[in-house]
Amino acid sequence: MKSDALWLRAHIIRAIRDFFWKRGFLEVETPLLIPANAPEEHINPVTPLPWQLQTSPEICMKRLLCKGHQRLFQISHCWRAQERGSRHLSEFTMLEWYRADSDYRSLMSDCEGLLQHVAAVCIPDNPVYRNKTEIVDPFKSWMSISVQEAFLRFGQREVSDCLREGLYEEILTANVEPALAAFDSPVILMDYPAELASLARTKPGNPELAERFELYLGGLELANGFSELNDPLEQRRRFEEANRLRLENGNAPLTLPEPFLRDLSDMPPSAGIALGVDRLVMLAAGADSIDEVVAFTPEEL
Amino acid sequence: MYTVADLKKGLKITLDGDPYLVVAFDFVKPGKGQALYRTKMRNMINGTLLDRTYRSGETFDPASLEERQMEYLYKEGSHYTFMDQQTYEQVVMEEDTMGDAKNFLLENCKVDVMLFGEKAIGVALPNFVNLRVVETEQWAKGDTSGNDSKPATVETGYVLRVPPFIEEGELIVIDTRSGEYSTRVKG
Repeated sequence: MKSDALWLRAHIIRAIRDFFWKRGFLEVETPLLIPANAPEEHINPVTPLPWQLQTSPEICMKRLLCKGHQRLFQISHCWRAQERGSRHLSEFTMLEWYRADSDYRSLMSDCEGLLQHVAAVCIPDNPVYRNKTEIVDPFKSWMSISVQEAFLRFGQREVSDCLREGLYEEILTANVEPALAAFDSPVILMDYPAELASLARTKPGNPELAERFELYLGGLELANGFSELNDPLEQRRRFEEANRLRLENGNAPLTLPEPFLRDLSDMPPSAGIALGVDRLVMLAAGADSIDEVVAFTPEEL
Repeated sequence: MYTVADLKKGLKITLDGDPYLVVAFDFVKPGKGQALYRTKMRNMINGTLLDRTYRSGETFDPASLEERQMEYLYKEGSHYTFMDQQTYEQVVMEEDTMGDAKNFLLENCKVDVMLFGEKAIGVALPNFVNLRVVETEQWAKGDTSGNDSKPATVETGYVLRVPPFIEEGELIVIDTRSGEYSTRVKG
């Protein structure tokens, strides 16, 4: 059975890792997308067009939920064009995990456990995360605040007004995120306006809000999780709406992932989350730039 | 024409008719939202700093800057006059615009003058210049006061700290980036 092979595969990868860890090898990640390979007479590189490099493994992960897997995680490289800054790389490492028969609250407790575990194991002498001058203690009780309340409290604005006026990103980055930086525990910003969650389920009884949250440490956005939408018709409608907006902004519409939409009706109520591994390393190392925590930046290739 | 994708530290653009140097740049993209391009820019004429945030799709004109080797002729009031030795064209720069460069300029020396259109907006100096000490105190041999430096005035009028063994009339090397004494020119 396929699922047995997947378990065997996971055990083998773990055994390989253990083997090299015990012998003092450093496990590294070097970029998968590179400008030139070593030329070989009989080896031809894949140049993906018309396929795409994944922007997130979510489509395939959710199809595995549809096949009956209950709890899944993956650490993989993802690519997003034209994203480069002190906290962004066009190719980056993402941790995603999914739980069947759960909602976004279970992911919040996973985050709490994971961040405490990583701090205790990897930075035991001083188990705190640092972003710039902010120090965040994952063992303190975590703060959570709704998007609506955060905009009111820190931006003195209704989030719905900001969205209508096209000021959402400005207020979020200029007022809300800096205010979240002041907390000495991790902060969960939750319950996003429905239009800001293309793959999340709306709250039962409140179609205006989506069960989505973002995790912030010292003002740095680390993870984005939500209760998954598992209604294929509604999902198709949202994808088409995204493409309509893309076109309006002068961007080419994207092909719909039809096999995913076909499988989606088999997906149990689930929750999934993506966490930026590079940023977690930045926080543990107290690094100011993502450049400090990767083997190679694109500029070095 | 530049787009937001070209923005990076060191880029020079024209904004409201003035040349600006991008001194800090960051890309932000909160929670699957729209990308914002945050910049801090320095006006290359008057040095004022400006914060600007841009979005995808915005464009900029490059600053048409030219560097030309010119000879520094003389100073009159707060004006410094330079001449292009090929065309004999002269340009005048205000003392404020000169910045620290005025401390290291001797008449008839050759420097690179930065031009924005017709306007001179800066001087690029070599990293090291040799200047003669015109005034400094004598070093009292056996001085045990522990002072490891003393003030000295060089021929441009600039005053800096030098080691106690430097004497009047000596030629010294100054690092123009820090304005500090670097070494003594022997002989």
